[in-house]
Amino acid sequence: MIKSELIARLAERNPHLFQRDIERIVSTIFDEIAEAMSRGDRVELRGFGAFSVKQRPARIGRNPRTGAPVHVAEKRIPFFKTGKELREKLNHGQPDGEGGHTD
Amino acid sequence: MAGATVTRAQLSEAVYQEVGLSRNESADLVETVLNEIAECLAQGDTVKISSFGSFQVRSKGGRIGRNPKTGEEVPIQPRRVLVFRASHVLKDRINAAFNSRKQQQQQQPQQPSSSST
Repeated sequence: MIKSELIARLAERNPHLFQRDIERIVSTIFDEIAEAMSRGDRVELRGFGAFSVKQRPARIGRNPRTGAPVHVAEKRIPFFKTGKELREKLNHGQPDGEGGHTD
Repeated sequence: MAGATVTRAQLSEAVYQEVGLSRNESADLVETVLNEIAECLAQGDTVKISSFGSFQVRSKGGRIGRNPKTGEEVPIQPRRVLVFRASHVLKDRINAAFNSRKQQQQQQPQQPSSSST
């Protein structure tokens, strides 16, 4: 499912809304999550999962072709951890073995 | 500021500000969006959100795990896990914001950094 299909499904379920509003709603949600991660904040959606930002330290990498050392700057990586409920849903309600907390 | 946690409440508020719906309906819609995605994933389908990232379900085979505390062997059933791959647009956006904050801090060490895109 891609974003436009998601919007189409939501439009089907919410016939009282304009498609253009649904588009704005979906974009706002993802934009808000992206914006939070850009600030370095965490986004916690209980039952669904949590988005966070991890830090990768600067390192000396190598050009794989020439073997020359290259300085790679410190960077941030977006990370998602699946929530407990969603994890169980993927496995059709079987309780999963993993820890049990979403944080 | 970095370190804060954003929840459904803030997402609903953003939707409320953006579209002329009631607060209640905004909250319901955030929930519906998340449910729709979860539903799709539960069926094993991949969800791709352009310029954000993709959620993909992977099947993992069963294996013998170990309780790290006791060393006891525990069978792990075959299961499905969700992997999120952030799009390059999202990665770049996060790093651009991070780099500009870093620069600001270097230029004005006294001033607390304000964050905006």
